[in-house]
Amino acid sequence: MGNKQTIFTDEQLDAYQDCTFFTRKEILRLHGRYHELAPHLVPMDYTNDPDVKVPLALIVNMPELKENPFRNRIVESFSEDGQGNLSFNDFVDMFSVLSEMAPRELKAIYAFKIYDFNVDNYICKEDLEKTLNKLTKEELTPEEVNLVCEKAIEEADLDGDSKLSFADFENMISRAPDFLSTFHIRI
Amino acid sequence: MAGRVNFYSDLVTDIESPADEDGVHDSFTQLIEEQCHDLHDDFQPDFHDDFHDAIEMTSLDPEEESRDDIMHLEGPAYHRSDSEVPQQTDHLIGDRWSSDTLKVLSSMPSRTIGRSRGAIISQYYNRTMQLRRSRQSRPSIQHFPRSARPSIRGYRVETDGANFEEEEDNKRERLVNNLQNLSANDRVRMLRAMPLSLAEKKELRMLVLNKAEHSLSQSQIPCCSQLKYYIIIAVRHGWYGWMSFLSSLQLWQTALKCVGGRFGTGVLSYFIFLRTLLFFNVFLFLVTGLFLVVPQAVLTDPDQNTSVRSTWGLEVLTGAGYFSESLLYYGYYSNHTLQRKRSCYESMSPCGSGLSYNMPLFYFFTIGAVFFVTCIILVYSMSKSFGQSFCIDKSKGLLAIKVFSSWDFKVSKKSSVRLQRANIGTQLKELVAEVNRQELKSPVLQRLWRLFVHMLAWLMCLGSTVGCMLAVYYFSEHMHNKDVKIRSGSLSNTSSSDSLLLKEASLLAVPIVVSSINLLLPGFFNAVAWMEEYDSPSVLNYVSISRNLLLKASVLGVLCYHWLGRVASKPERLGLQCWESFVGQELYRFLVMDFIFMLLDTFFGEFLWRLFSQKALKRKRKPVFDIARNVLELIYGQTLAWLGVLFSPLLPVVQIIKLLFLFYMKKVSLMMNCQASGKPWRASQMTTIFITLLCFPSFLGAAVCVTYTMWTMKPSDGCGPFRGLRTMFQAGKRWVQQLAEVNPKLSWLVSAHTYLVENPFFLFLCAGIFLIVIYFHSQVVDGQRKIIELLQEQIENEGEDKKFLITRLQDIHERKRVVSPRRVRGASEVQNH
Repeated sequence: MGNKQTIFTDEQLDAYQDCTFFTRKEILRLHGRYHELAPHLVPMDYTNDPDVKVPLALIVNMPELKENPFRNRIVESFSEDGQGNLSFNDFVDMFSVLSEMAPRELKAIYAFKIYDFNVDNYICKEDLEKTLNKLTKEELTPEEVNLVCEKAIEEADLDGDSKLSFADFENMISRAPDFLSTFHIRI
Repeated sequence: MAGRVNFYSDLVTDIESPADEDGVHDSFTQLIEEQCHDLHDDFQPDFHDDFHDAIEMTSLDPEEESRDDIMHLEGPAYHRSDSEVPQQTDHLIGDRWSSDTLKVLSSMPSRTIGRSRGAIISQYYNRTMQLRRSRQSRPSIQHFPRSARPSIRGYRVETDGANFEEEEDNKRERLVNNLQNLSANDRVRMLRAMPLSLAEKKELRMLVLNKAEHSLSQSQIPCCSQLKYYIIIAVRHGWYGWMSFLSSLQLWQTALKCVGGRFGTGVLSYFIFLRTLLFFNVFLFLVTGLFLVVPQAVLTDPDQNTSVRSTWGLEVLTGAGYFSESLLYYGYYSNHTLQRKRSCYESMSPCGSGLSYNMPLFYFFTIGAVFFVTCIILVYSMSKSFGQSFCIDKSKGLLAIKVFSSWDFKVSKKSSVRLQRANIGTQLKELVAEVNRQELKSPVLQRLWRLFVHMLAWLMCLGSTVGCMLAVYYFSEHMHNKDVKIRSGSLSNTSSSDSLLLKEASLLAVPIVVSSINLLLPGFFNAVAWMEEYDSPSVLNYVSISRNLLLKASVLGVLCYHWLGRVASKPERLGLQCWESFVGQELYRFLVMDFIFMLLDTFFGEFLWRLFSQKALKRKRKPVFDIARNVLELIYGQTLAWLGVLFSPLLPVVQIIKLLFLFYMKKVSLMMNCQASGKPWRASQMTTIFITLLCFPSFLGAAVCVTYTMWTMKPSDGCGPFRGLRTMFQAGKRWVQQLAEVNPKLSWLVSAHTYLVENPFFLFLCAGIFLIVIYFHSQVVDGQRKIIELLQEQIENEGEDKKFLITRLQDIHERKRVVSPRRVRGASEVQNH
């Protein structure tokens, strides 16, 4: 604190502070991390808001995301084009939602997007199967996977269309006390 | 946003919505396309890519009609026809749904929440409206918008559907307006919580700020309002600067990230708890240091006699000797009003000029304030933690919850990730087995046997606890008597350094015994629990925590009795000038011994055990970090620190040093010797339990002890700030009396003190009122629980309503189709050419 930095204008930093859960220092640190991912692509000077997007393949190589089975979905959910190319805004947004201070609702919205593999605004049985396979890889047999999916949908589906809409998902998450602490990445 | 739906003529669904919703319909179209291609060869589905065109129900496109015959909502792989009971759901799923119905469904408000920008803006417009109203006055029921789908928050999207684009811009304007009218804090909170992309949020914010500035510069506000505005901006800048500074002080951020990445949230919670305790102690130290230690050190006391011993013995361990006449202990603090140096210390009367510092009063009030503030902080964090982690209805939905919230996103090490996968797989298998298994009643004999084993285990644990209590009681009595004998008996050997060293070492005997009990007995409890059979690992956790807690609480209870009942009541038996200093020294010794034994435990328990199990037993698995046991040790240490603050104001420093060392030691040992646990650990629940344990047995016990000491025990005559008084509590009363003497108008203060503070009846009354308030609140919570159940039912009913409407819609559509079959044939012939 106290160093004159030329990466962002003060106004930009204020805007970031108001719209995310990060402080100035953290945002500058995040910029450093973003720059590290693609040093040739990402400029050091963001005062005139350059339109730079880092591709998915580079972002999922971050140590925080590398071993996460949902890394592709996480990055895709925060990208504007849905393909996983993140601008710096999207990058900050992603870690802001995944930070400790984000409220449960916000996290639930993005968790829903992440688990919705086919992006149809529902978590249907296929989405659940994919989720389970990513969670457990080879641990469960296909019959068990099927059973778990059916049971899970049965438990959580309130309006009876055998898919989970966002309302069903949110209702279920509100009963999961661990959600806030597990849906959290430290950066 | 719902479009205008007219079932009989055009079905215009306004789907000219932001890019997000294209995705919705794209996937729908894909789904439908698949089914067309799969199941229908007769007709050539000349499929329109854009569903956005208005498709009228009466136009009866042949492809549409033919598609209606075979369209299913679900993909071909998913069949619920083989489910047990033919219910409404099956009927619904197996139905043939027209494309129009699908479109209607897909643009229902509930399905677009959180998805389309328009819906989000709408939702947040409503919320800001609510917030503004609640800030101004209490909202009435009428303000809740009528929505087709009642929800718990009561402010979902409205169902009117005018032209959509216009609506969105309009809503945006109004949202910006609302945001501008909120207070800065509320605005920031709203902005942060919106699920829009960051670029859009920044845009909204810019609009709001521009508008604010615009309105400010344009309006004829008097200059003081503008000044207020600028002051507010400056304050906010200052606040952000302060928050940045605080967050840069974030202790051990990297270390915690490392631990979390490798071991997950469970082990991380231990380190976070350690950090929390560190902050408590830093707070204790700052307050006592500022108000007690610094004045005493800086200002002089006329009759201070310092007898410094020249030889150093085991001071660091025993806290006696050199330290006994130092700032560390109660005995050093003076009972006069301290004055500035060299200013009228010859005369005993207090001087008018210069800094005067009434030490007894400040001692009393500082300790009281410290306990009070710690109590408030603890209760607040406990209740916050409780609110977050304990949910009201836990019986349903375990499997779904496990699927969606069990993956710990913090874990980043490959081997830990693999372990986590295995864990989750096992837990899911168990849950499924449990859910599927018929309620098989285990044979009576087996249940009796299990009960018997449980009782036996409890008997063993309780027996060993009672045994240890008695051991500590008699051993401390023995040491006490020995000390008494030494004092009253031979005083001639005091010069011999050997016996002096031995005497000092004998002071350490009781602490060593207690610490070894604390070390060994939990291991014994673990072994006992091993032979028992538990239904679930969390029950096992609770049982072992409660046994451990019982042991520590009872040992501490015996020690408190020993100090307050034996030493403090008859200090002359031990020849003590200052029993408070002695008790302070005892606590210091206990704290130091606790630390040394924790070091030993880490060394032997983790390091050597790992070497042993890898080399000798040739096992690949490293030992697992026992979170519960370590946290209870921390709580025990903190209890000692709280007990000791009264007798030794600098004890928090010792605790701080100990915690700092402990953090690094445990972290190094963890990284070297341990591996992630194979058992599930519900981090947030356990954290709540630990904070509750910190508050209830630990802090409450310490506070009760300290209050008892201050209220009833006679302070020693020879030392300390309260010498000569009947109880420490009298310091406050004496000050009030002095005030009344100086200023006769304040005599009511004296009577208030006598009748309110000293009168037990008043305190009973206060306690009674608090209990009534608590009962009240618990009844309110019960009522809310009932409301939640009702609302759940309501949601299910709404679901049924929706299904009903959809099937009716479909029926009507079918009937219309049947009415005009000729048109179909005619049109299809035309099409086929």
